[in-house]
Amino acid sequence: MRAVVIESRRRFGHYSSVSKGKIVIELDNVSYGYGGTPLFSGVSLKLVPGSFHFLTGPSGAGKTTLLRLCYADLRAHAGQVRLFGQDAAHWSRDEVALARRRIGVVHQDCQFLDHLSIAENIALPLTVANRLTEAQNNLAELLSWVSLVPQAGQFPPELSGGERQRAALARAVIMSPDVVIADEPTGNVDWEMSQRLLALLVELNRMGKTILIATHDLAMIRSMKADVNARVLRLKGGQLMQAGAEL
Amino acid sequence: MNRVWAFIMGDPLADRAVPPTGILARLTIFVAAAMAFLAIFALVLSLTAGRVASNWADDLAQSATLRLPADLDQTNEALRAAVNVLQTTTGVASARVLEPDEQRALLAPWFGPDMPVEELPIPQLISILPDEDGYDIAGLRARLQAEVPGAVLDDHGAWREPLLDAANRLRLLGWAILAIIGAVMAAMITTAAHASLAANAQVIRVLRLVGARDVYIAGAFVRRFTLRAALGAAIGAVLAIGLLQLLPQVDVTGVTETPFGFHGIEWLWVLAIPAVAAIVAFVATRRAAFRRLREQT
Ligand SMILES: Nc1ncnc2c1ncn2[C@@H]1O[C@H](COP(=O)(O)OP(=O)(O)O)[C@@H](O)[C@H]1O
Ligand SMILES: [Mg+2]
Repeated sequence: MRAVVIESRRRFGHYSSVSKGKIVIELDNVSYGYGGTPLFSGVSLKLVPGSFHFLTGPSGAGKTTLLRLCYADLRAHAGQVRLFGQDAAHWSRDEVALARRRIGVVHQDCQFLDHLSIAENIALPLTVANRLTEAQNNLAELLSWVSLVPQAGQFPPELSGGERQRAALARAVIMSPDVVIADEPTGNVDWEMSQRLLALLVELNRMGKTILIATHDLAMIRSMKADVNARVLRLKGGQLMQAGAEL
Repeated sequence: MNRVWAFIMGDPLADRAVPPTGILARLTIFVAAAMAFLAIFALVLSLTAGRVASNWADDLAQSATLRLPADLDQTNEALRAAVNVLQTTTGVASARVLEPDEQRALLAPWFGPDMPVEELPIPQLISILPDEDGYDIAGLRARLQAEVPGAVLDDHGAWREPLLDAANRLRLLGWAILAIIGAVMAAMITTAAHASLAANAQVIRVLRLVGARDVYIAGAFVRRFTLRAALGAAIGAVLAIGLLQLLPQVDVTGVTETPFGFHGIEWLWVLAIPAVAAIVAFVATRRAAFRRLREQT
């Protein structure tokens, strides 16, 4: 897989044009809330290229919401969200689409198209970018990277939770994005599978991808501490802070 | 042209990204077929009325008949005087006295072929054809009044004008029906497209999450509805043409044996129907899709 990603990095080099040290995702004093009540406010965050962040916090704290701001699915009510150095506040729908091709997302509920096979779902980002011809090479290697070769022709509802998460991860990286955002990627999989998924994300980080993972599972974070130099952020009571002692 | 071809061929996976909605697909094809079927008959109405109108307008323009009453004394003398007047009128190309056989042929439809015309007091007819410039009807009528009293100049105008008018109105009516058919089809396809877009809201959301632009998503819907409309319209047109062949063919226009149908270059109209249906569907679906995509977050 390393070879695949490095190879596709070279091939899609123009899409991975984040220069060293430039901040990939930056939240500056951001507030958001549903229906008038603020969920969090004054949230600031900087993801430098190649960094690895965990976002923790109790269920309902707003982790998913914060991630959605990071891939321009929501617009901040106050403050500024800068993606790849650009203020996303007034982006057109086309600009949002183009930015999403550089941000691979593993959604909390995977978000597959159930009428397409797993292989077609994984290739979907290339399909919609009219770059399907490039998919043929990468797809086979990505499928074996996430150990889904036998399931390639199956449909999403037929897969187990762990298989779905791996397929979602493969879809997130097929465009060779600069950043990979994962929302509870280990949400409903067993311990062993969650370790496998995290190992894949660590592997991506070693290849230079910026990683942001939301999870409420502190045990899982602890288990990773030896493998990766990760920062842990904690969202609680509407504030974002560095986590410390409880780990 | 390449782009049209690429549009028709499409991208198999891109097409499958949006699942087909069976009932809407059938509705679109059915509506397009029904509208094309009606459109063919509206076209036939228009073209036939147009043929009738131009035929009458051309052939009967200024042609006239002079009628000498049967009881006119000294008919032969009157005949000679009338022909004399006509031949000295500028604008009259020919004045021809109808033979008894011709007069009998004119009456045959009413009285049968065995009518002894010679023994009946029927009026003598003279057929008048104008030259290119035409003649002054009022002036001719005044001269005849003076020189052949009792002769009646019938310039066909009295019955021609309302018929011509009716034919022209029928032709316009045909075009109006075609416009209504187009509008109904646009409205139906817009509704079907909106229903399809609404049914696929979640699919649209996923496509957006993986970086699809509006043109891509709209394209998947537009291509599908356009091809369905073209297919449906082709089916409807073929059925209508088939039915048209079964219609009894009578010569109402005096131009052709098959007045209800298409002749020569008019067949292009038939080919145009699926194309127009496709264009209507393309525009309607594209508008519906972009509108929906603007509203859906
Ligand atoms: N689309 C939405 N509309 C209204 N409320 C929402 C919506 N999404 C999330 N919420 C609410 O916002 C809060 C935070 O949700 P979320 O960001 O999913 O938290 P987390 O991912 O940390 O569990 C929850 O109370 C949730 O009910
Ligand atoms: Mg969540």
